[in-house]
Amino acid sequence: MDQQHEAGNLGMWVFLVTEIMFFGGLFACYTIYRALHLEAFETGSRLLEVQFGAANTAVLIGSSLTMALAIHAAQAGKRKSHIIFYLILTMILGALFLGLKFTFEWHHDYIEHLVPGFGFAYTGPYAPGVEMFFCFYFFMTGLHALHMIVGLGVLTVLTIMAARGRFSAEYYYPLEVSGLYWHFVDIVWIFLFPLLYLIGGRYAMGGGH
Amino acid sequence: MSTAVADIPHGTPAESSRVNYLNANYGIRSWLLTTDHKRIALLYLASITLMFFVGGAFAVLMRLHLIEPQGALVEPDTYNKLFTMHGVIMIFFFLIPSIPATLGNFLVPMMIGARDLAFPRLNLLSWYIYIVGSIFTLYAAITGGLDTGWTFYTPYSSTYSHTQVVPVALGVFITGFSSILTGLNFVVTIHKMRAPGLTWFRLPLFIWAMYATSIIFILGTPVIAITIFLLGLERLLHIGIFDPAIGGDPILFQHLFWFYSHPAVYIMILPGMGVMSELVTCFSRKRIFGYSFVAFSSMAIAVISFLVWGHHMFVTGQSIYAGLIFSALSFLVAIPSAIKVFNWTATLYKGSISYQAPMLYALGFIGLFTMGGLTGLFLASLATDVHLNGTYFIVAHFHYIMVGGAVMAYLGGIHFWWPKITGRLYPDGWARFAALIIFVGFNLTFFPQFMLGYLGMPRRYAVYPAEFQVLNVMSSAGASILGVGYLIPLIYLIWSMRYGPVAGPNPWKAKGLEWETSSPPPTENFEEIPVVTEEAYDYANPNLGVPRV
Amino acid sequence: MSGHIVPVRIYLGVFLALLALTALTTAVAFYDLGKWNTVAALAIAVTKMLLVILFFMHLKYSSGLTRLILLAGFFWFALLVALTLSDELTRNWTPPPGPWSALLPFLHRLIL
Repeated sequence: MDQQHEAGNLGMWVFLVTEIMFFGGLFACYTIYRALHLEAFETGSRLLEVQFGAANTAVLIGSSLTMALAIHAAQAGKRKSHIIFYLILTMILGALFLGLKFTFEWHHDYIEHLVPGFGFAYTGPYAPGVEMFFCFYFFMTGLHALHMIVGLGVLTVLTIMAARGRFSAEYYYPLEVSGLYWHFVDIVWIFLFPLLYLIGGRYAMGGGH
Repeated sequence: MSTAVADIPHGTPAESSRVNYLNANYGIRSWLLTTDHKRIALLYLASITLMFFVGGAFAVLMRLHLIEPQGALVEPDTYNKLFTMHGVIMIFFFLIPSIPATLGNFLVPMMIGARDLAFPRLNLLSWYIYIVGSIFTLYAAITGGLDTGWTFYTPYSSTYSHTQVVPVALGVFITGFSSILTGLNFVVTIHKMRAPGLTWFRLPLFIWAMYATSIIFILGTPVIAITIFLLGLERLLHIGIFDPAIGGDPILFQHLFWFYSHPAVYIMILPGMGVMSELVTCFSRKRIFGYSFVAFSSMAIAVISFLVWGHHMFVTGQSIYAGLIFSALSFLVAIPSAIKVFNWTATLYKGSISYQAPMLYALGFIGLFTMGGLTGLFLASLATDVHLNGTYFIVAHFHYIMVGGAVMAYLGGIHFWWPKITGRLYPDGWARFAALIIFVGFNLTFFPQFMLGYLGMPRRYAVYPAEFQVLNVMSSAGASILGVGYLIPLIYLIWSMRYGPVAGPNPWKAKGLEWETSSPPPTENFEEIPVVTEEAYDYANPNLGVPRV
Repeated sequence: MSGHIVPVRIYLGVFLALLALTALTTAVAFYDLGKWNTVAALAIAVTKMLLVILFFMHLKYSSGLTRLILLAGFFWFALLVALTLSDELTRNWTPPPGPWSALLPFLHRLIL
């Protein structure tokens, strides 16, 4: 493999380490506040809709598969239409994720007055801590969504490049390097799902630890 | 034996007119759209020099104000803005990029025998990102400034300050990505693009220092990015995770802030230490004493620097048990720095020392950095820190390291590599004079501040008790001398670009791949990629600096 | 790093495993296992992450340097969390609870 390909790969992994630390700051704060305000976080978590979180997780996992298949198509020297097919499928799944999140989850939360800074009005138990939980929910999923949008932009560029026949079995490293980024965004969600949606448990309400 | 200017090999006029990276293309577009690491280094040099003098101007105003106990110049609110903007600009826009973005960008590919960095376009992007960040910060400076201190502590910064928190925070946030890209570029370049025969333990120690600094760039900067981001959100939304009303902890902001900002001070000093290894060896005509100790201590500093941040928070209400851990680790981090000082000193021992300007800066560094470092131990100790925290002792401590250390190393490096970068020699007589002025001015400015701090004068205060006036006046007098000292190199270095004698490929007869090509180098650095067969700093070898061009 | 082409069936296998683990973690949340709920959720998430990293991101076929770099990233995140928690969780420890109080005489001598 040529030097630019190796360098590009290494460069992307190093960039992903910076992303680990970037999200890591948020995850660290989350860990601390969850440790200090567990019941409030559990209460807040139960106000989220698990089915959307789970569905979105499946959607994103699917998009990782299609991304891997797009790279595979290039490596195996398939026709460019194969590569474009998988790239577009990845973009559709990514857009589906964002669509579900913004229209069903966030919009719903806004109507329920659960968005801090935008008319937050929760009157149940542990109200201050629940507001803190929702700060984390929106900051973390928002930052994740931002990264997804950037990813969609990158995928668009890749699709255009593929349409112009730029990729081959010898030259596919932009796909590979972008794939690393896309998988990373998937991994962040893999952690966000249980940490945000599954804290409180969905067994009978009132049951505690 | 000392070498006077006349003995330094000059280049012939023909050498200065040969095609090199400076004259290969003309026009502003060839500069603003360049991907040549050497030109990008010069773009950075111009930008950070500008920011240095802007930050310096704030310092001048502060020292003028502090001539009188009740303040001689400005209102207290304005004074708060002066020290804040001085800190923000000097730290984020001068010190952190200084050596890595100028000398690092210029020298890393050359020292490893490469034609450019791994990602030349990312390199250009990082400069543009730096410029955008600077514009936001300068805009904030002229539209009201910031008064939170460069440390942005909550809840003052998130809730109560009425100044330009968001523009400055945005400027710092954006510029952070410039650092990250530089660090990423260096790491990949050093791993993947070394010349044949250049094993890790043959690398110049400057490269080890750049590598260690890049580790800190990569692992630390993203954390301050997210912290500033969260601060901005809290300020804009009036709700956030540092807000006690919803169970938030303002001290958590400090944890996140210092997780980066402590390693950041090692970002500021490690490159200077790298420069030191190059200067001390060349001007003692000796190989470095304890090469692997110096190399490993750079890595050790990079790692341990991440474990000590709580020593900035001993008096904030942090748990005393955490304080104990951080205090012990802070003592530990002093050890690799001390190891380096011992190795440089041992290199000097029985060396053939000459006292050109770069060496004067290097010798100044050894003394002043040691003082700064030792005073850090007073602050690492929990009990004494309770007395000294928030006083001028801290101000003196970090200025000894940042100015007496990092800036002097930076100036030494700029002088040392100036012939390589510009193809011209600067007037060494003026340079030595300026180095002495800077040394005297620096000590007169900051040594009284140790005494002021010990006696109890708080930092960041616009007024002070009358009994501290004498020391304050001494400090301000020193600052005026220091200011003059910094202006002198600005003048003669710019002068030398046009009127200085033409330099040959290796005026210092130094070892290193960068000296084996012409001055200034051609755009592609080397006509042929060199093959390395000897150890670093092999000054005993008579084959000195034989140019390959 | 590639050059190495991962067969499609491995990708499909990993995909199905990831979906199964997602279903599992969701299902486990509907049972009260006390603190083991969190342990299970994290363990499953880490497993999913490893599958993505090793196979989709080709780390299984990559150099030691790449693995070291990734490991460093996780380690540094752990440092951030651990040392910050060392403050946030011990603020009200006067005196330190439980077995930690055995250290008290030793700590007194250090501080005083």
